[in-house]
Amino acid sequence: MALDPVIAFAEVTKSFGSIDALDPIRLTIRKGEFVSLVGPSGCGKSTVLRLGSGLIEPTEGTVSRTSDNVGYIFQEPTLMPWRTVEQNVTFLGELDGMSRQEARQRADEVLSLVGLEEFRSHYPLALSGGMKMRTSIARSMLLDPDLFLFDEPFGALDQISRARLNAELCALFSERRFAALFVTHSVDEAVFLASRLLVMSKRPGRLVAEFEIPYPFPRQPEIRYEPEFAVLAGQVAAALADAS
Amino acid sequence: MSDRTGETAVTSRRRLAATREFLGVAVPPALVALGIILLWYGITFFVLQPDRRFLLPPPHEIVQEGILDGEVLAEIMGGLYRTAMVAGLGLVIAFALGFSMALVMSQAKWIERSLYPWAVVCQTVPILALVPLLGFWFGFGLMSRVTVCVIIALFPIIINSLTGLQGADPRLHDLLTLHNAGRWTRALKLQVPAARPLIFTGLRTSAGLSVIGAIVGDFFFGRGQPGLGILLDRYSRRLRSEELLAAVIAACLLGVVAFWIFGVLGRRAVGHWDPSWADERKK
Repeated sequence: MALDPVIAFAEVTKSFGSIDALDPIRLTIRKGEFVSLVGPSGCGKSTVLRLGSGLIEPTEGTVSRTSDNVGYIFQEPTLMPWRTVEQNVTFLGELDGMSRQEARQRADEVLSLVGLEEFRSHYPLALSGGMKMRTSIARSMLLDPDLFLFDEPFGALDQISRARLNAELCALFSERRFAALFVTHSVDEAVFLASRLLVMSKRPGRLVAEFEIPYPFPRQPEIRYEPEFAVLAGQVAAALADAS
Repeated sequence: MSDRTGETAVTSRRRLAATREFLGVAVPPALVALGIILLWYGITFFVLQPDRRFLLPPPHEIVQEGILDGEVLAEIMGGLYRTAMVAGLGLVIAFALGFSMALVMSQAKWIERSLYPWAVVCQTVPILALVPLLGFWFGFGLMSRVTVCVIIALFPIIINSLTGLQGADPRLHDLLTLHNAGRWTRALKLQVPAARPLIFTGLRTSAGLSVIGAIVGDFFFGRGQPGLGILLDRYSRRLRSEELLAAVIAACLLGVVAFWIFGVLGRRAVGHWDPSWADERKK
């Protein structure tokens, strides 16, 4: 399992003015690893993602990536309302100089992966929250990134859509085995998706606990109701309570 | 056979629904118009003494003397046409200028800070004070009239375009940053498309203002081929209230049509994705 690291945080800190957002973070994510990051609100989870994507620079330490092909999924779907589903999905291809034909072909593939082929010509205005989020995921998949950064993507969804999207994301990961860093508030979601789970303390954020999640991929949604899952989730919740 | 009757039934039901919808939109304002006309007659015949009736002649006299009289009608139509041309030209220039200014201002905070106060000045300047000056500079022809329109119509276009250009979702900006998008790509693919609803809001406001500017300019320059402003002045000097009111109605109509045109254009352009421009009836 000793695959290549895709991203490595080496003693990374971040301060905003006089406020220290992060204590030194050391974290390596390898290809085929799905790392969930849970922590109390305002602990700096999003800062970790922004550092990982290169949107902001660390105050100290270094963030190194072996690939610049990063997919970033925001808290909200963050679609362009003036573009149809398909045009939203091909957008990053336009930016990266992909030919129109290739972009459309890739859009076909990723739209069928998220089950939105029939909605390709709809505008976001006409979509449900879950469908918008699927479009957002499809957009990030167009360029087939090596690393996915998820910033609480399902927080605004109802419980049913959320569970369904968890299952779909898990299936996508099982098939593609990219590297992922998934930030969330939900312990249940974090355990269900992760191969490794990290708990972050309140500000300044520090990684205080780490769990290996032993379930093999692909995973069935039903594992959430197994006793072992509940025990694991209980341990994570306890660590999170200590950290808050 | 039964299929076909079914289809006809659906079509006729749809047509009925469309008719009902149209009536729903048209009847209430028509009732208001009727009410106003009745009130008008009431004032003319029951409030005003016969010797003071010229202050508000009854509607049918306005129709007779202001609209059915060919000579007056030709005069008002000519004025309407010239005023519309001036207002239209002014609006086009105000848009080109205002949008370019907003685009430049959206690119750097220091440019915004340097230009914004002057945009505000152009909003607050008493236009009547400038009119004689513009006459000195540009003469009393088309140029000064159009300039009045531009000054009046500029601010809503600048401010709406700027707000729109700056209002794009910051996370979409992040997305473009992650993909190394340059300034041009950002403006073209994100800021301008995101600004379109507000650009149309600005245009709709400024269209009405430009009409006002054209009439005010015409009124005060008072020379050359008469537009609605000169006609209003002329009729009021001669106490021709029928013609005066007919010209006022023409001026109002021009403003309403200008507003309406940009309403329709805005709905066409962005109504399918922007909730504030979405077709009312489809909400």
